Amino acid sequence: MEQKNLKEEILRISGVNPRKCMKCGKCSGTCPSYEEMDFHPHQFVYMVESGDIEPLMASGSLYRCLTCFACVERCPRQVEPAKLIEAVRLTVIRQQGQNHLKPDQLPGMLDEDMPQQALVSAMRKFAK
Amino acid sequence: MVFQYYPGCTLKTRAKELDRKARLCAEALGVQLEEIKDWQCCGGCYPVAKDEIATKLSAVRAMMAAKDAGTPVVTVCSACHNVLKRTNHDMQTDEVIRDRVNRYLKPDVPYAGEGEVLHFLEMLRDKVGFDTIREKVKNPLTGRKIGAYYGCLLLRPGKVMAFDDPENPSIMEDFITALGAEAVRYPYRNECCGAYLALEDQAITKKKSSAVLHSAKCAGAQEVITACPLCLYNLQKCGDDLPVVYFTELLFEALGLE
Repeated sequence: MEQKNLKEEILRISGVNPRKCMKCGKCSGTCPSYEEMDFHPHQFVYMVESGDIEPLMASGSLYRCLTCFACVERCPRQVEPAKLIEAVRLTVIRQQGQNHLKPDQLPGMLDEDMPQQALVSAMRKFAK
Repeated sequence: MVFQYYPGCTLKTRAKELDRKARLCAEALGVQLEEIKDWQCCGGCYPVAKDEIATKLSAVRAMMAAKDAGTPVVTVCSACHNVLKRTNHDMQTDEVIRDRVNRYLKPDVPYAGEGEVLHFLEMLRDKVGFDTIREKVKNPLTGRKIGAYYGCLLLRPGKVMAFDDPENPSIMEDFITALGAEAVRYPYRNECCGAYLALEDQAITKKKSSAVLHSAKCAGAQEVITACPLCLYNLQKCGDDLPVVYFTELLFEALGLE
């Protein structure tokens, strides 16, 4: 997809307006996955806004967001970074063959206490 | 008092005790939970993108069943509660989603979010009342210091969930106090446990969950309660020896149902 269309698609499906961001960094400051990410929530906001989207699509950070909504709750400008991260992740996994998690990987990840909720949540987040 | 009941996938499998004790506690408090016929799994995570329609349908079907029955839907699992409430909020407020869902499901009367979702804890607070519970306690949990773990799913996003103050909640502390125990407030009670990353990388979930339990311990908690099967799993597997149980365990014990 062309850069311009990619940005439009991400803004459309997320419903986010990254131009509201005042760059306070609170989203990344409160993110429980901050240390696990190479691109952090505030970087998703400005990189989508500037159209620099391909590095985000190639990043493992997409699969470290917990969608815990701490960044959404605590953003003073209601930018909702988690929704942008979700939209970038979807633009990747909606492509043919780009699922991050495949059903045949699951048996090796389970133990006898693992709740079903973990499986359905991870499949919903990481596969289409 | 009669409510529709949406158990969800995990309460039918790994968390059968959560289901069984929630039902027995409800009965003891004079609440009848009617399981929704043919309910479908909510998917565990609310589909955040505005163009996700098919993934929202199972939640909408449950809400439509509640509307038809004329009572709120009660959930015990935090994840089901989050998905049902947020999807229902979409049906109330997002014209595009509402229109697409109704065109897909073709109900006799279009659904516009008329159903109501209640978490079991909200049912206890708003319908049964903590004062009534206090009166029905047979074995008060006197002297026990208990920390409430909210996690994310009960509270956020605060405006949609309308469950409690998302940054300084009190419903679970009030619940603990009603059972005669001492509620211990600690800073990490509404921080994430690491959630579904438990599948891919337990080093991360252990780090997140042990920070939560460390915070509870430092504040003086001797045990921790949760409403979420995945939080329970992560907290119990993180290597900390602080006991973690479902909130229904306490209620079951205090009501003398053992």
